[in-house]
Amino acid sequence: MDFNDTPEEAAYRQKVRTWLEANAPRTRDANDDGEGGGDLAAAKAWQAKKAAAGFACITWPKEWGGQGGTPIGSVIFGEEEARYPIPSNPFQIGLGMCVPTVMNFADPATKERFGPPAIRGEEIWCQLFSEPSGGSDVAAARTRAEKAPDGSGDWIINGQKVWTTGAQFSDFGIVIVRTDPNLPKHKGLTMFWVDMKDPGVEVRPIHQMSGGSGFNEVFFTDVRVKDSQRLGGVGDGWKVSLVTLMNERLAVGGATGAGWSQFLEAARDTTGSDGAPLLQESAVREKLADWYVQAEGLRHARNRTMTALSKGQTPGPESSIGKIVSATLMQDLANEAVEMLDQYGIINDPDLAPLSGGFHGSLMMAPGLRIAGGTDEILRNIIAERVLGLPGDIRLDKDVAFKDVPTGR
Amino acid sequence: MNFDFSEDQKFLKNEARRFLEANCPTSRVRKVIDDPSATWDPELWKAVAGQGWLGAAIPEEHGGLGLGRLELCVIAEELGRAVAPIPFASTVYVLAEAVMLAGSEAQKAAVLPGIAAGDVIGALATSEGPGALSGASIRATVEGGRLSGTKIPVTDGGIATHALVLAKEGGQPGLFLVDLSGAGVKRETLSTLDPSRDAAKLVFDKVPAERLGGAGEGLSLAEQVLDRAAVLLAFEQTGGADRALEMAKEYALERFAFGRTIASYQAIKHKLADMYVKNELARSNAYYGAWALNTNAPELPVAASAARIAASEAYWFGSKENIQTHGGIGFTWAVDCHLHYRRSRQLSLVAGAPRVWKDRLVSHLERRNAAA
Repeated sequence: MDFNDTPEEAAYRQKVRTWLEANAPRTRDANDDGEGGGDLAAAKAWQAKKAAAGFACITWPKEWGGQGGTPIGSVIFGEEEARYPIPSNPFQIGLGMCVPTVMNFADPATKERFGPPAIRGEEIWCQLFSEPSGGSDVAAARTRAEKAPDGSGDWIINGQKVWTTGAQFSDFGIVIVRTDPNLPKHKGLTMFWVDMKDPGVEVRPIHQMSGGSGFNEVFFTDVRVKDSQRLGGVGDGWKVSLVTLMNERLAVGGATGAGWSQFLEAARDTTGSDGAPLLQESAVREKLADWYVQAEGLRHARNRTMTALSKGQTPGPESSIGKIVSATLMQDLANEAVEMLDQYGIINDPDLAPLSGGFHGSLMMAPGLRIAGGTDEILRNIIAERVLGLPGDIRLDKDVAFKDVPTGR
Repeated sequence: MNFDFSEDQKFLKNEARRFLEANCPTSRVRKVIDDPSATWDPELWKAVAGQGWLGAAIPEEHGGLGLGRLELCVIAEELGRAVAPIPFASTVYVLAEAVMLAGSEAQKAAVLPGIAAGDVIGALATSEGPGALSGASIRATVEGGRLSGTKIPVTDGGIATHALVLAKEGGQPGLFLVDLSGAGVKRETLSTLDPSRDAAKLVFDKVPAERLGGAGEGLSLAEQVLDRAAVLLAFEQTGGADRALEMAKEYALERFAFGRTIASYQAIKHKLADMYVKNELARSNAYYGAWALNTNAPELPVAASAARIAASEAYWFGSKENIQTHGGIGFTWAVDCHLHYRRSRQLSLVAGAPRVWKDRLVSHLERRNAAA
């Protein structure tokens, strides 16, 4: 048991370090909000640089234009890259989920057309799955595609998607639509790629409760797509989406932001009613210890996952606990930090209350993190069903034509 | 990055599981708890000694196998899973570790071979009453090499041959090695929450005692010993917590209510998912503790605290929610749920309660943050 690289890993890490030292940016764009809304040009330039040097899409097969490398190679590059103020990454969802789906299901010409520009960061992709009527229940998609009446074989898409990350700057997207409402819900879905610049595609940013706008609503009005834009067979959309979603939990990062160390400092610098630092209070110390233990548990669960990757094994299910733990940890820790300041905790002007400012950000982002990329509840179902082998929920929608499935409104 | 046990260590773990399934089924644990005069299983102890586990981490020159602490960790996990009714922790995690850490050559030669052979049984005698251990709580004294005072409770105190006793000598706390076979030792068996483990009140009246380590080092030495024990106990707790989750899962899958297995209700699925999450956090922290223990890393106090806190939480949660998942039958004496519930309490309290460890952990973090 050790934390050392194997000789091959050490050699690769050294190669990565040397390249980063010569090429990585030294400052970050001040407007970079960490949600891909910073300087897009800087992000694209950095991606192009990595691609040219063979550090983009490290794990992709060579025939896709990747490096045919190992997952641990990708992890090593990520660790080293994170030491620099690199631009926030608007390519994650595209390269992590959408483009691999295209590469798995499209014809050779389409793959040739989209693979290389995506790797070089020239084109950005988004994933159009969630809808107002189906977030956790993605297969409840109502956006429909119907054959064009002109007999061209084209499809006409109408409907609405929601919570689409990066749609506002995406060039293309993959969209799951209903092609037959008379079939049971999982059987009547089909996947297409779409051009986000089509005049029938309208992107409206969502004003989040946190104040930011990283997500969007996307409206489709008579958007015509060629049958050659279909990914997988007609009615196979659900199976195709599973390939996409397989990577989602890896692509949606864990919680970041203020952690136990910042909390410790805040508790040391704030006094309680007896004039002593709050860090001396046992109630505060117990919570801090619990959060440290959770954060460390996640860090070492990742180390176990990386060990499996390093040995060329499939990681165990321990990686499934990450977001369940980190999102609630972030929420509880931020709230405790704010309550620690007592009445003053309500102020979020960073000049007046630098301590609460940072924690307010976490407090207002945490509800979203507990939902995005699989809610706490869905993730518990996944652990119960896929890890522990417990039965799936009893369903009322399985063998019924989609149009007859009970709905709210 | 190789944050995992080796193939040999995993093989040992499998062997340990098979051995304990054959030699320590819960019916064997029940023989101890159902017999008011029994506090442990001496036959199992002999069999475990025969496996070489007692001396796994003891150097060969002192009669052990000379393996590392990682081997001890995998054995501990299996002992915890089996709720083994033997004084393994007191003897191996505490006494052997303390003597290897701070004992003189003569003390090592006197105690370690006996531990490896199964003849020496240890006990940690630090507590004298309710509440956490502190310098002020120690009233036992050593004068002229003789110990007087009372320790309560002492896990395995009724069956131990040797005790590690915290006592004051010239007003300074010291950690003393005491042979319990001599005159002046009075033992009274105690009734405890976990009758599968021995516990006693020990009264010492001018009993010969040898100091381990330097004068006045007792508390810091005790902390170092407890850090080592905490990692190994965390593996026992993790093993028990995993077994509790397994029991809950097996029962939920076979129990029907309202026309379906209760494992199909989200109230149960999410409860079991929460158990799984806590167990994985415990296991991951325990692994880090194992690494720190095995390499004697400066991170050991922090890693051991985290391992103990996470494992205590996981086993407590798992053992209580296992009963809840079983429903009424889980509340009966006949079903094994309470063995884990009881053992989870024993393991959380035996080396200091979680709240004490949380406080210690934060103290370590404060120092580390200040130094950074």
